[in-house]
Amino acid sequence: MTVSTAKAPAKNAYLAGVRDGWPYIFMVIPFSILFGVVAMDAGLSVGQAMGFTVLVIAGAAQFAALQLMVENAAVPLVLLAALAVNLRMAMYSASLVPYLGAAPLWQRALVAYLNFDQTYMASITRYENRPEMTTDQRFLYFMGVATPIAPVWYAMTLVGIYAGSTIPESWALDFVLPITFLAMVAPMLKSLAHVAAAVVSIIVALALNSLPSGAGLLIAAFCAMCAGAAVETAMERRQ
Amino acid sequence: MTYSDAAIWGIIGCLAVGTFLIRFSFLGMMGDRAMPPIVLRLLRFTPVAVLPGMVAPLVLWPAATGGQPDLVRLIAAAAALGVGYWTRNVVWGILGGVSALYAGLGLTALL
Repeated sequence: MTVSTAKAPAKNAYLAGVRDGWPYIFMVIPFSILFGVVAMDAGLSVGQAMGFTVLVIAGAAQFAALQLMVENAAVPLVLLAALAVNLRMAMYSASLVPYLGAAPLWQRALVAYLNFDQTYMASITRYENRPEMTTDQRFLYFMGVATPIAPVWYAMTLVGIYAGSTIPESWALDFVLPITFLAMVAPMLKSLAHVAAAVVSIIVALALNSLPSGAGLLIAAFCAMCAGAAVETAMERRQ
Repeated sequence: MTYSDAAIWGIIGCLAVGTFLIRFSFLGMMGDRAMPPIVLRLLRFTPVAVLPGMVAPLVLWPAATGGQPDLVRLIAAAAALGVGYWTRNVVWGILGGVSALYAGLGLTALL
């Protein structure tokens, strides 16, 4: 008797995603609460704050937009600044093509809506480590990672809106974000080329920190990708 | 803030559409067309090229201390990176960093 197990691995891919996604809620919780607080301080209505969180679903860009709105900047300037912060996600989008390009359009659209730092980093790590995954499994894994993160992002913004101002500053919740990003990147430093890319990224980003709205980060990321590829090519030649 | 409600919703709508299009861009339009090997090689470094540059200013010049470098936060950052690298595990890295942060903040408060 042959029992079809075709469904099992796909379901496992989703569950594996959920398992790998939940730690990121520790980073999403303070970040989303903080957005709720700042949005109320800025004078947005509850609906508008939630509109940002659900429709835009990009923390750093939301903060950038709010900051300029508080200063009553011209609308095109607000849009440009916030979208520039998000431009790094075009790089994420491109780097997912080899793994998810063959998926149906609706799946790619859903991935695009949920393609933020945490879901992208967790998924790309899994895809690189498991080249045998099918496109279907990769899609399910991505959805699995997003499953604990996105609802928490929405819900905790609401908590920030109503209760956020009671959280003491001494909890230093601001620093949970850099800590989580560092914990995310550390396991990815698996070769000299990756370390070279990271070091170049840091140096250029710090040097260009005064440029507006993530422009420095974009240049730093591009320099770092070139550095990583160059070191990798040089090491392959030597072997 | 002096925008009208309509203007605020306009900003939210434009940002929602614009952000989606940025995220959809390559994945949506390239589909499964093959990319040149050199582009693939560059893209493989995307995560390690973006994250360190994004975090470095936050670690070195934290907003919470008015942009002044802070020893406790520097140690916490080093702990997150070190534990994450050593264990190859994101959760342990986060725990290492957060433990170091609160141990440091607690010690500073006592002294």
